[in-house]
Amino acid sequence: MHICIDDYLLDIVQNSFEAASTHVELALDETESKLTCLIRDNGKGMDAEVQKRVLDPFYSDGVKHTKRKVGLGLPFLSQACEACQGTFALHSEVGVGTTVEFSFNLAHLDAPPMGNLVSTFVALLSHPLAKELVIRRTVSTRKGNSTYTLSKEELEEVLGSLSTSGALNLLREYINSQEEEVMTYHVEPKMQSETRRTQQEM
Amino acid sequence: MAKMTLEELRKLRDQKQGEMQKRDIEGKDSRIVIGMGTCGIAAGAKPVLDAFLAALEEKHIDNVSVTQTGCMGLCYVEPTIEVIVPGMPDVIYGKVDAATARKIVEQHIIGKQLVTDHMFDRPAADIIKKDGGK
Repeated sequence: MHICIDDYLLDIVQNSFEAASTHVELALDETESKLTCLIRDNGKGMDAEVQKRVLDPFYSDGVKHTKRKVGLGLPFLSQACEACQGTFALHSEVGVGTTVEFSFNLAHLDAPPMGNLVSTFVALLSHPLAKELVIRRTVSTRKGNSTYTLSKEELEEVLGSLSTSGALNLLREYINSQEEEVMTYHVEPKMQSETRRTQQEM
Repeated sequence: MAKMTLEELRKLRDQKQGEMQKRDIEGKDSRIVIGMGTCGIAAGAKPVLDAFLAALEEKHIDNVSVTQTGCMGLCYVEPTIEVIVPGMPDVIYGKVDAATARKIVEQHIIGKQLVTDHMFDRPAADIIKKDGGK
């Protein structure tokens, strides 16, 4: 089982890379109570029949691992979203691409912790199958809002191939500085159960 | 740290490259491949990637290739990683955590000795193609 939100992101964006996409987009919009995520690719897509079955943990197309009988990425994700009263939606068309849109209700006690987004972005941007990946991360709360965008093509133009330890450590430093800036607008979600208790006490 | 611009990142890279050329090239042509499938992620492959990058940075080794792959078929000993060092056998290590990652950098990549207590197998039979993937 995955523990943090970033584990789900890493897992599901990789599906897009493996679906022969040339352009993948990951957008994360965080407010005080909600994280909305969008993963969109222009890969091979899935037909209606496959789309119906991908949320079944005992379904796998058997291409990558011929003898394997489970496919856990999307089932894990949809289960985690459901557990915290978030949302999950999948749209796909053969030959056009796939979009996965989901959200976590951060104020729910069963919402997973965010994890380490910087490491996740380093891992995703340096994935060997990723051609162009554009990550957009926004934090908007009562403190204000801020956003940053990372583009693999742009970063490779500056750092060269994102495959050596030196380039990856520079990449980490760069993303860290972006993340620190948006996190100044971060507000810890107020847990729903606490809200209820306060209301009862009143 | 102030929000860095791409231009500042470029300058930092140029500065690092200058420093690198002065040093002996340790780790050249070595590769670390991290299994980052669903099983790897669930077992903590991402902190392992972080640990490798931190250990290599600490030792000032900038030229080891660090890359990712999906599941190597050894889900029972995740996180798994493959280490390829010229002049040594290619090895798949399992049950790798941050401390083991550091040990692999020091002992295998720098010291050229295998970390035998974490060696498991080559890729398992279910992902090796009959023709050896060639």
